[in-house]
Amino acid sequence: MRSTVAAILRKDLRLELRTFEAIPSMTLFSLTTFVLFHFGLNETSVEGDLAAGVLWVTLLFAAILGLNRLFVAEEEQGGFDGFLLAPVDRTAMFVAKATGLFLFLALVELVAVPAFTILLLGPSPWAILPELILVLALGNAGIAVVGTLVAGIAVRTRARDLIGPLITLPLLVPVILAASQATAPLLAEGGAQALPGRWVAVLGIYDLIFGLVAYGVFDFLLED
Amino acid sequence: MIDGDGYVAAAYIIFLALVLIYVGIMAFRLSNLERELAELNQEAAQQDAEREAPEPAKVG
Amino acid sequence: MTLYGKGLRSLSIATAVVLTGAFLLIAFYAPEDADQGIIQKIFYIHVAMAIVALCGFTAGGVMGFMHLRTHDRRWDLRSYVAIHLSLILAVGVLLTGAVWAKGSWGSWWVWDEPMLVSFLIVFLLYATYQPLRFSIEDPERQSRYASVFAVVAGAFVPINFAAVRMADSFIHPRTLGTTTGGMPGEMMLTFLVTLVGVALLFVTLWKYEMAAKHARGQVKALRRRITGERASVVGGRSAAPQVHV
Repeated sequence: MRSTVAAILRKDLRLELRTFEAIPSMTLFSLTTFVLFHFGLNETSVEGDLAAGVLWVTLLFAAILGLNRLFVAEEEQGGFDGFLLAPVDRTAMFVAKATGLFLFLALVELVAVPAFTILLLGPSPWAILPELILVLALGNAGIAVVGTLVAGIAVRTRARDLIGPLITLPLLVPVILAASQATAPLLAEGGAQALPGRWVAVLGIYDLIFGLVAYGVFDFLLED
Repeated sequence: MIDGDGYVAAAYIIFLALVLIYVGIMAFRLSNLERELAELNQEAAQQDAEREAPEPAKVG
Repeated sequence: MTLYGKGLRSLSIATAVVLTGAFLLIAFYAPEDADQGIIQKIFYIHVAMAIVALCGFTAGGVMGFMHLRTHDRRWDLRSYVAIHLSLILAVGVLLTGAVWAKGSWGSWWVWDEPMLVSFLIVFLLYATYQPLRFSIEDPERQSRYASVFAVVAGAFVPINFAAVRMADSFIHPRTLGTTTGGMPGEMMLTFLVTLVGVALLFVTLWKYEMAAKHARGQVKALRRRITGERASVVGGRSAAPQVHV
């Protein structure tokens, strides 16, 4: 199982390094969205609830952009058939793709979050960096788990780039809700407040439950 | 709340309307089914007639 | 062979009796709420529909799970009908909730009523169920993917409720209606009768639609038998699961 996961992950990362398809476009998308928010909200700097909302909605939409491409190579070039013929655990596909998406999101945030602090954020984020990274990691995990599962469903449908986001967005409402609530005090005007532990717990529980559910049902998507 | 009655009535009318719309859709489906069954019945009668008609010809 | 129409008559009668009784209780027996006055009477149908819809969504998830476990296509049909009916009830919850909000607070939508907000999210999620089914052509795969959706969405419903309620409880400790604690006995009785009535209605309509789908499958099979295989390509693709007899 572990070697299968590693093999698929390596394949995806190599593909990304060769084509530079997902990560640069997701990053660019985030930066453009920050600019749009500047003009749309007519604000030169944001803080607190507004900052958390802008950050998370942007990251969510950037993730959706990446989701649409997640299984396309497998579907179009027969990767699913090859995978099904191989004598390996099918859940490995889910674990590898979710991990890959998590890594992609982390790499995007490596650029997008500093850009956000420069372009839009009022308060300085240096003091609360560890907490912010924790919330980002938990949020990413939720997006990666649910996103991978839905992308696996949507890639075999006729209107995959419509169906995928339509299912993903409502499913991720609790993630955005909890992540924004957890981030808002960190980015509050006039100094960061303490990290609200209960929202971090909600994120953790969401990740855990949907991780288990997705792990349990993903097999059925690959049955034929 | 002086005109609260109206809102309460509206809520229960919504409930009733939903059920009625549902019944309407099911009625539409039922009429399709009825038509289909009538067609099938006709076709079965036709097949029966075809099966019976050539037999006297063989005998006679 | 199972016939879904069996017992439908007695169920319909029971539903009619209990629902009529519930409406009579609401109109004449239940006392007016001290704070809200008569507008509070929307509570009975609103919350009863909400609870039944939630149970329906969950049941749809369980049935989808059974389909994945057993590969029996009938479970997919059951799950489909349960989700379909719950979605209609969810529309009812949203509409009655909007009317209640308008009557109580003067605006058609309030963000601090967790039941209403969660239902909007759940409605938006389940509204994609039919398009999802419709965009998968292979019927076997359609059932399987729809069941995966049903299971995931079924797990999502309670989590979503918990999260939305938590977000709300920061602003408002507890708003109206959604908890039954501290309710006078007459209200409680009325509410329970309404809940039973709506639940019976759900089961009746579920059986009704199952019987209708089953009858349709039987007619299709009959057509195949009478006209031969040449007529088996009737109609286009369908979002509803097909019954094979």
